[in-house]
Amino acid sequence: MPAAKAQALFRGLMLVDADPAADARRLDMIALWALEHYSPIVAVDGIDGLVLDTEGADHLQGGELPMVTKIFNSFHAKKLTARVAIADTWGAAHACARAIKRETVIIPSGETFRAVEKLPISLLRLPEKTVADLRVLGFQTIGELTNTPRAPLALRFGPEVGRRLDQIRGLMAEPIDPIRTAEMIEVSRNFQEPIGAAETINKYTGRLVVQLVAELEKRGLGVRRTDLFVHKVDNTIQVIRAGTAKPVRDIPWLTKLFRDRTEKIEPGFGIERLVLVAAAAEPLEEEQRASALIEEETTDITPLIDIFGNRGQRVYRLAPIASDVPERSVQRVSAIAEAIEGTWVGHWRRPVRLLSQPEVIDAIALMPDHPPRSVTWRGNRHKVVRADGPERIFGEWWRRPAELEAVRDYFMIENEQGERFWIYRAGDGVDPETGSHKWFMHGIFA
Amino acid sequence: MSAARELAIADLRERIAALEGGIAKRKVCLPFGAPEIDDALPGGGLAYGALHEFAGGGSGTVDGAAAALFAAGIAARTKGPVVWCLTRPDLFLPALAQVGLHPNRVIFVEAGKEEDVLASMEEALSFGGLGAVVGELVRLPMVASRRLQLAAERTGTMGIVVRRWRRQTEANDFGQATVATTRWRVSVLPSEELPVPGVGRPRWFLELMRVKAGECAEFCVGACDDQGRIDISPGSADRSDSARRSVHI
Repeated sequence: MPAAKAQALFRGLMLVDADPAADARRLDMIALWALEHYSPIVAVDGIDGLVLDTEGADHLQGGELPMVTKIFNSFHAKKLTARVAIADTWGAAHACARAIKRETVIIPSGETFRAVEKLPISLLRLPEKTVADLRVLGFQTIGELTNTPRAPLALRFGPEVGRRLDQIRGLMAEPIDPIRTAEMIEVSRNFQEPIGAAETINKYTGRLVVQLVAELEKRGLGVRRTDLFVHKVDNTIQVIRAGTAKPVRDIPWLTKLFRDRTEKIEPGFGIERLVLVAAAAEPLEEEQRASALIEEETTDITPLIDIFGNRGQRVYRLAPIASDVPERSVQRVSAIAEAIEGTWVGHWRRPVRLLSQPEVIDAIALMPDHPPRSVTWRGNRHKVVRADGPERIFGEWWRRPAELEAVRDYFMIENEQGERFWIYRAGDGVDPETGSHKWFMHGIFA
Repeated sequence: MSAARELAIADLRERIAALEGGIAKRKVCLPFGAPEIDDALPGGGLAYGALHEFAGGGSGTVDGAAAALFAAGIAARTKGPVVWCLTRPDLFLPALAQVGLHPNRVIFVEAGKEEDVLASMEEALSFGGLGAVVGELVRLPMVASRRLQLAAERTGTMGIVVRRWRRQTEANDFGQATVATTRWRVSVLPSEELPVPGVGRPRWFLELMRVKAGECAEFCVGACDDQGRIDISPGSADRSDSARRSVHI
């Protein structure tokens, strides 16, 4: 749209000159940010995109879906709108990210072609003139173009069309050339003869770690993210990324993190080059360990947490929140977070197991203040022999206005066998405004 | 003459201990503080550097509430951080804090698969310096239990497996052999009588089903107090629920 037409449509339109150089600089900065946070292989894709090879790196973010959501949210927090797509190939991810209406999309492995066949050919990363000429010939979608015989197309448009089609379907490899910064520490080792055995890989990884740590020591740095690039003879690269919870410059610790996962390396026809890169480093000063006369035996368990984290398991601690509503009184914090003072207050006993969703039960009870005489939960009837309560919990109107009147009355009940349950009634038993007066099972005591 | 013989035997014992590889040296125990229970255990308590198995009885086989709290009480009385490996995150930590296990000490490792729980437990046990490593598992194969036991022996960390099944009928799996040093079943009992209406201190029926170099025993105990201690319940003589337990197992 010409500027004059736009100005005619909107009065007082603000016009800013395009600055491609500045855009490219900012895009580079975003690429470096992504390199540090998400994946070891990041490159700028065209003038408006980034491409990340996230294989083997998504588990550090808790999986693909949490990762794309996180990426989108971090752009959203800066008031930028991003589109994130994960697919088997660079071409498919490129096309999907530009075509989708949603914020994020994950194309399941193996369904790449089905996802892209309906997309327009303009997303095929071909020169504009080729796209226009193909449109003249009547081609609209990528699927139509794929189903056409290749030879006439190649004769008329050159090999480019066929190459892009093969790349989008993953029939042709398309390595990503990752960006690097000058200050990034990198050690590498070439092999005259390709290696493949797990013990050999372990041995040379160990030596690279020693070299890397020596380099880090010179600069007073510790690594947070370390990438091992495995260059294979068939010109493919596999990357293993190890993240640590705090800056590290410890040889056994780092070696352990990589040895743990060398089984994931598929040597194929052989490995000809190993590169170890400190993708994210932070200053790490030597610190004095023992200061008191009596040495207190405290073990630093951060290495253990790193091992769990790099295996893709969720590691966390739980911390109290000042809330009377049971399901809100616990939050997950990082396993290496500062120690939290204090704990849950209150002398009421709490159940060992808390049901994630309170379950509706049938109860026979005298309203408003008495515990039930009997309850039926999951088809089993429990006669209540002893009970404690009610413990009244009020809704938190500062979180949700609808909770202004809400009340829960909790009871601890015990049946004839000694099984103890935590149940509650929604509402105070008199005023229907306060709740539905239904009974719920919420927890199991020991 | 006899003094010389004593000396020779002591020397032989030391050499055997050295052959066993430092296990015997480090084998110290965590007493329960209740003499009846401690007497039933060799060494006078629950051994560090060993694997212990807890399961619930009755409906506790599914929810594992009493077994988990019993494990938490033991973990609370050890020193150092506690690693708790699980697949189903339905533990309510305020209850664990009430038996003396401070939230700062517990690190949860949540895995998607049972095998990952076993791997995490083994990693944590062989790390050393932890108070206890607790894992919630459905199945504990013989080989896996041996690996855990060996890892625990190397570092002297206590390993605790809380068994919980998906259905009550699956719980007869608990009869299968593992190399765990002790095996316990914790079933709930009606709580202690109070002079007023209300629920008193919970009581458990504690069965020591298997112990290496010891004999099986049964106890009626009062549940963990705010420091994780259990004690022999006074009204333990009249147990009216023995028929009930045999129904489920």
